[in-house]
Amino acid sequence: MKSLHKYNNVTISKRRLKEDTSERRGAKMSGHDSKYFSTTKKGEIPELKEELNSQYKDKRKDAVKKVIAAMTVGKDVSSLFTDVVNCMQTENLELKKLVYLYLINYAKSQPDLAILAVNTFVKDSQDPNPLIRALAVRTMGCIRVDKITEYLCDPLQRCLKDDDPYVRKTAAICVAKLYDINAELVEDRGFLESLKDLISDNNPMVVANAVAALAEIQENSSGPIFEISSHTLSKLLTALNECTEWGQVFILDALSRYKAADAREAENIVERVTPRLQHANCAVVLSAVKMILQQMELITSTDVVRNLCKKMAPPLVTLLSAEPEIQYVALRNINLIVQRRPTILAHEIKVFFCKYNDPIYVKMEKLEIMIKLASDRNIDQVLLEFKEYATEVDVDFVRKAVRAIGRCAIKLERAAERCISVLLELIKIKVNYVVQEAIIVIKDIFRRYPNTYESIIATLCESLDTLDEPEAKASMIWIIGEYAERIDNADELLESFLESFPEEPAQVQLQLLTATVKLFLKKPTEGPQQMIQVSF
Amino acid sequence: MAGAVSALFLLDIKGRVLVWRDYRGDVSAIQAERFFTKLIEKEGDAQSQDPVVYDNGVSYLFIQHSNVYLMTASRQNCNAASLLFFLHRVVDVFKHYFEELEEESLRDNFVVVYELLDEMMDFGYPQYTEATILSEFIKTDAYRMEVTQRPPMAVTNAVSWRSEGILYKKNEVFLDVVESVNILVNSNGQIIRSDVVGALKMRTYLSGMPECKLGLNDRILLEAQGRTTKGKAIDLDDIKFHQCVRLARFENDRTISFIPPDGSFDLMTYRLNTQVKPLIWVEAQVEKHSRSRVEILVKARSQFKERSTATNVEIELPVSADASNPIIRTSMGSASYAPETDAFVWKIKSFPGGKEYMLRAEFTLPSVTDEEATPERKAPIRVKFEIPYFTVSGIQVRYLKIIEKSGYQALPWVRYITMAGEYELRLT
Repeated sequence: MKSLHKYNNVTISKRRLKEDTSERRGAKMSGHDSKYFSTTKKGEIPELKEELNSQYKDKRKDAVKKVIAAMTVGKDVSSLFTDVVNCMQTENLELKKLVYLYLINYAKSQPDLAILAVNTFVKDSQDPNPLIRALAVRTMGCIRVDKITEYLCDPLQRCLKDDDPYVRKTAAICVAKLYDINAELVEDRGFLESLKDLISDNNPMVVANAVAALAEIQENSSGPIFEISSHTLSKLLTALNECTEWGQVFILDALSRYKAADAREAENIVERVTPRLQHANCAVVLSAVKMILQQMELITSTDVVRNLCKKMAPPLVTLLSAEPEIQYVALRNINLIVQRRPTILAHEIKVFFCKYNDPIYVKMEKLEIMIKLASDRNIDQVLLEFKEYATEVDVDFVRKAVRAIGRCAIKLERAAERCISVLLELIKIKVNYVVQEAIIVIKDIFRRYPNTYESIIATLCESLDTLDEPEAKASMIWIIGEYAERIDNADELLESFLESFPEEPAQVQLQLLTATVKLFLKKPTEGPQQMIQVSF
Repeated sequence: MAGAVSALFLLDIKGRVLVWRDYRGDVSAIQAERFFTKLIEKEGDAQSQDPVVYDNGVSYLFIQHSNVYLMTASRQNCNAASLLFFLHRVVDVFKHYFEELEEESLRDNFVVVYELLDEMMDFGYPQYTEATILSEFIKTDAYRMEVTQRPPMAVTNAVSWRSEGILYKKNEVFLDVVESVNILVNSNGQIIRSDVVGALKMRTYLSGMPECKLGLNDRILLEAQGRTTKGKAIDLDDIKFHQCVRLARFENDRTISFIPPDGSFDLMTYRLNTQVKPLIWVEAQVEKHSRSRVEILVKARSQFKERSTATNVEIELPVSADASNPIIRTSMGSASYAPETDAFVWKIKSFPGGKEYMLRAEFTLPSVTDEEATPERKAPIRVKFEIPYFTVSGIQVRYLKIIEKSGYQALPWVRYITMAGEYELRLT
C-alpha cells in the first residue's frame, strides 16, 4: 500500500499515546474541591446557613458545595433543608445539580418541606433545555416522598412524549422508579401503555431503557405486563444493532426470557444474535452466549448445534484475557456451560491452565473447569499441571490441586492408576498439608475402586504420625479398618489412635469405632475386643 | 434477569466511604461497612478475594484501582459481568477526567464525581460511559462555561461515541498493530500453551463524520472474494470490535466498516491460537555445589529472523529469597540482583535475531535451613521484550479507506510491533 507509511519513531506506542493525551488534557486542570471539606471554628451549621442566604451568587454556590461535602463525609446537614432549597431556582446547572443531589438525600427526612421544591421541579421539567427537563424528572423519580410523587405524574407523562430522545430515555427509566414507589399509580395513570409505546420508538437508546424498565416492572408484578410477541422481538433485534453497549445488554437479558415457537424461529433469533459475540464489551458477549444457549435447546438440527458450539468457543476463550474480575465471572459461567454442552470447550483445556500471576480466585475457578474438561485424551498433561500447582505456596490452592487429582481418578477409571502415582509422588515431598489432603482423596479413590490399589497402603502408613487434621485422620482410619485383614499391624495402628480417643472430634471417633469393629469382625481376637471396650 | 444496582460506593483502602451515590433508596451507607467487614472476615488479604461478595440479602461487586475500591451494592439479581465491566469503565471515565483515579483526585473533584455518577447510571442501570462525549457536557471547574449545556446529540444517537462538527486542519489516522505473545513453557521444556493477542490501536484526527473501511489480510475475507492468497493470509481465531464497528455487516461479508470515535481507542483485538515458536528462548541450569553455594547458567536465544531486533529485553530469573553475595557475569547486557523481587534481572538493550547470549551467576545460601519450612514459591522465569516492525501473526493492514462527505484526503499511518505478554518459563 502506497499511502501507508511506517512511522520513523518506533518507541512503543503506549508511551506515545500517554504523552499525547496528557498534552491534550494539560489545559483541563483538575479540581480543588477538597477545600470544601475543611471546617471553620465557628459552629458549622449556623455559618453555612448564613452563607446559603448570602446575596452573592458565588458565595451561595460555595456554600452548597460545602453542604454537599459535609453530606459526603456523613454529617447530618438536613437542618439546612429550607436554605438549600432556596438556592434551587438558578440558571447555573452545576448548582442546580448539587441542590437536586441534596434533595435526593434529605427529602425523605423532611417530607413536609420537600413540597417546597415541587414548583421548581415542575417548572424545570418544561425548561427549553432538554438536559434540565431530563434532570428534573430523573431527580423527582429518586425522591421517594408521596407528595413529590403525586406531582411527578404530569411532567412524566409529558416527558415520555418529549421531542428529545435524551428526555425520553430518562423518562422511560423514571416509570420504573415510580412503579417501585407506587405501582398502582403507574397502572392507573396509563404509564405502562406509554412505556410499551416506547418499544417502537425510533431511538435505540430509548427502546433499550424502555425494555429495562418493563423487565423490572414485570419482575415485581404478578400479572403479565411485558410479554414479548414475535413482533416486539423483531423490533428489539433491530434496536440491538444500534443502541449503546449497555442497552444491548438490557435487550439481550430481556430477550433471554423469550420462548421461541419452534426450531426455525430459534435459528432465526440465534442468527441475529451471533454477531454480538464479536463485541468488545464482555457483558454483551456473555449475554449473547446465554441467549444462544437458551435458543439452542429448541434447535433440532445437529449440524446447526455443532456449528453454534464451534462459534461460541473462541469468544468464551477470549474472555479469559479480560480483567481478572471479568475472568472470574466468565469462568463461573463457563463452569455451567461445560456441564450442559461439554463439547464446546472440549479441546480448549489448555487455556484454563493457571498463570503464575492469576489472582487466587481465578486459579480456583480454572481448576474446577480443568477437572470438568479432563478426559482420557488430555489427562497426562492435566496431571502434570496439577502436580505443578501442588508445589505452589498458597495452601488453599495446593489443597484444591491435590483434591483435583483425586477427582480425576474417580472420574476417569483408566487414568486412576496414573493419578494415584502422582499422589504418591506428592506424599513423598512430605509437606504436611499435601500429605493430609492426598490421604483424604485416596480414601475416596479406594471407595470408588475397591480392592484395587491397596498395595499403596504401606506408603500411606509411613505418614501416619504427621496427620493432625480430623478429616485426614478419619480417612486414614477408614482405610485401615477397611483393609484390616491385609495390614499385619492394623491393631497396633488403631491402638495408637485410640490413646487420644476422648479428645478427638466426633468424625474421628466415629471412624475409630467403625474401624475397630471392622477389625474385630475380620480378626476376631482379643486385642480388638479390648479396644472396643476402651472406646466405650 | 432484570437487575439494578442499589448504590455505587467509592471507598478508600481502609473501606471508608469517599463518595457514594444512592440510586434506589434500599441500602444505606452502613452497607459499605458491612461489605468491608465481610471482605476482611473472609481472609485478611482483600486482594485475594473474589469480586463478588454476598451478605444478608445484598450482593456486592467490586474492583480495586490504586487506593480506591469501586463497589456496587444490590438487592436484586444483577448481571455481574455487566456491572464489573461497568466499574472498569467508570475507572476509565474518571481517569479521563482527573488523569489518575485515586483518593485525592476524588476528593478534589467530588462535585464532578457526583455529576458523572448521575449521568453514567440511572436507577441502577448503566447508561452512558463514553468519556470524550461526557466531557462535552460535564466539565471540571476550570472549563465550566456559564452558558447552559445541552446533551450532545451523540448521547442518544446511534453513533453514540462521536459528536458532529469535529474539525482538524490536517486529517490523520495512526494505526498501531500491537501483538503480545503469551507463552507458558513447562519445566521439561515443553510448550504447554501459547497464544498471540493482538490489538489494532487507533488514534484518529479526522473532521466530520468519516466512514472508514479497513482491509486486513484475513483469509476468510480474501477467499470469499475469490482472490488468490498469494501473500500471506492469516486466520484470526476470535475478533472483538469496538462498538463503532458494524457487527452485522462483519458477520455478513467480513467487511470492517465504522465511524470512528475521536482520539485514541482500540478498534479491534484478536487472538490466535497457533503454536508460535518462542521468540526468545531461555534455559537455566541450576547447580547446587554444596548446601550453601549455588551456580546458575542461563542461555538466552533469539529465534526470529536476523533482520529483526528485539529491544528492551528483560529476563527475570527467580532465586531463593535468602540468596546473598551474588556474582553475575554476562556475555551481553547487564544484570543485577533485585532482592525485592527475589530475582536476578538481566537487561539487554538490543537483541538481534539468531543470537545466543549467556549469563553465569553464583550466590550463597545460609547453611542452616528450617526443616519444617514450607516449600518456597516456585516463580517462573519471565521475559519482556519488544520487536518493532514485526508481527508474529503476519497480520497486515491492506488498506484503510476514509470517506467523508466534504471529500478531504486523510493520511493513514501504520506501525507494527510485537511484545512479550505473559511470557513464562517454569523452572525445575
